[in-house]
Amino acid sequence: MAHGERTPFQNPVIEWVDQRLPIFTLLNKEYIVFPTPKNFNFLWNFGAIAMVMLVIMIATGILLAMQYQPNTMMAFDSVERIMRDVNYGWLLRYIHANGASMFFIAVYIHTFRGLYYGSYKQPRELLWMLGVVIMLLMMATAFMGYVLPWGQMSFWGATVITNLFSAIPLVGEHIVTWLWGGFSVDNPTLNRFFALHYLLPFVIFAVVFLHVVALHVVGSNNPLGVEPKSKADTVPFHPYYTTKDIFGLTIFLIFFAAFVFFAPNYLGHPDNYIPANPLVTPAHIVPEWYFLPFYAILRAVTFDISIPFTHIVLIEAKFGGVLLMFGAVFALLVLPFLDRSPVKSAEFRPMYKIFFWVLMLDCILLGFAGAKPPEGAWVYIGQAATAWYFIHFFVIVPNLHKIEKTLPLPDSIDAAVRAAQAHKAS
Amino acid sequence: MSSTTPSDPSKRDFIVLTGQAMMGISGALFAWPLVHSMNPSADVLALSTTEVNLEPITQGQAITVTWRGKPIFIRHRTAAEVESARADDGADLRDKQTDAARVKSFEDKEQSQWLVVQGVCTHLGCVPLGQKPTDMKGEFKGWFCPCHGSHYDTSGRIRKGPAPKNLAVPPYQFVSATRIKIG
Repeated sequence: MAHGERTPFQNPVIEWVDQRLPIFTLLNKEYIVFPTPKNFNFLWNFGAIAMVMLVIMIATGILLAMQYQPNTMMAFDSVERIMRDVNYGWLLRYIHANGASMFFIAVYIHTFRGLYYGSYKQPRELLWMLGVVIMLLMMATAFMGYVLPWGQMSFWGATVITNLFSAIPLVGEHIVTWLWGGFSVDNPTLNRFFALHYLLPFVIFAVVFLHVVALHVVGSNNPLGVEPKSKADTVPFHPYYTTKDIFGLTIFLIFFAAFVFFAPNYLGHPDNYIPANPLVTPAHIVPEWYFLPFYAILRAVTFDISIPFTHIVLIEAKFGGVLLMFGAVFALLVLPFLDRSPVKSAEFRPMYKIFFWVLMLDCILLGFAGAKPPEGAWVYIGQAATAWYFIHFFVIVPNLHKIEKTLPLPDSIDAAVRAAQAHKAS
Repeated sequence: MSSTTPSDPSKRDFIVLTGQAMMGISGALFAWPLVHSMNPSADVLALSTTEVNLEPITQGQAITVTWRGKPIFIRHRTAAEVESARADDGADLRDKQTDAARVKSFEDKEQSQWLVVQGVCTHLGCVPLGQKPTDMKGEFKGWFCPCHGSHYDTSGRIRKGPAPKNLAVPPYQFVSATRIKIG
């Protein structure tokens, strides 16, 4: 945005504005001519898709907030009123409810793409860490949003999750009372959750902005994990990637619409259509699918950790689970400093590639363990999968570079693309 | 002090440090009202006592009342239930407490037939089953939490499962032989 580097615009109105506030110059620089590696695959669509999901969630959310009542006496009925009486209320609510799932699908694919292609490595450490912050904020927002309809799962999910903080030694009980604003999950709790559920998306928006600024400083990673070296390695963002993103987005929105119109309650829980009742606990409390792996980690600690051969408990089982659950996100946050291999893309890391897929399966297994009642074999499966998750990040990833023989990297993106084309032609 | 350069530069450091310290302290002081505003308000606290008439509860029966938005289990225990709770005082308990310590007395007479506990599982806050005659009461004939399988005995003590503590006894007292005030 330095002065004097501006090329004038043809349109006099645009030129008048741009001379005073160079937004068009900025847009041109960052979204039109922005040099982008020319070898993206479709996994690179999901950042843009997640961004669109955020906008959809904020737009539908604001409209729903105009109809919703954050009061325990009225919340459940106001949601039913949205479904039955408000013009297109059913559509807004189903878009918003399923949109949360779609947002998480997009973000999880985006995250695993980063894990596979080493997008968290130098110089993109901060970019990655901002992404993890966004994910944490999304989790908090989604959790509080799920409480608002004030159904049985809303109430008991809120009770179980806020009770986790009681595990904190000494001040735990006071923190829980403070979070509730009372002595149980009740009207004050619903009020503040609504306020925060409205606030946090805008905080997410701000962090997404920083995420994008950081991206445009260091540039995108690519499937080869080799940084662009010359003009031949890149293409301008527009029209190449605007087109590719719109194509990917369209496919994704069809998938999204299929849920909204044909299976709007498939991802929800039927118990949440029963009004909240503080005196009856549902037989089996489960969180939404996107929290299941974390829920499995939370429940994996079924034993107190004591000083050996004494009865002095260092960490109660409940607190241990809480520590591990936050540790699972923390592992992602510090990942840039755990992985010492200079090679980014798993395409050139034969051992990491295997461990990546094992981790992927491990996370899916954790998801299944989180969905089952904690009985029988599932307890042990959940514990084993939790152990593997941490072994992956804190044992395997930091040490793999010592034994792994990486494959030779291509000289440049351009050279690799031309070699692939020649191979295809022959 | 006629010139613009102070004769003793350390005076300036002192002013800066004092200023910063004052800003820090006042910031922390002002944060408290903001944080405290989220704690239970006066109207919520005003609802924190409940009186219960015990007369209609026959022996072997249990009722659930609400106190501070939470279920309170009141059980009129049979002699056999008290007996079994007392017999287990010496058992390997996770949260050691005698049955006598979990009941109250009225006019120097122990009211051991009345057990009053919070109906909130000490694991993650679910409501245990065992109040209705048809409910599952668990292996120790007290309560059973369906969420994660904690078993409580006839004194509401944790005997098996993930919960760390006994069902809490709320603060309460007998205002007459057949009436209690919780809170």
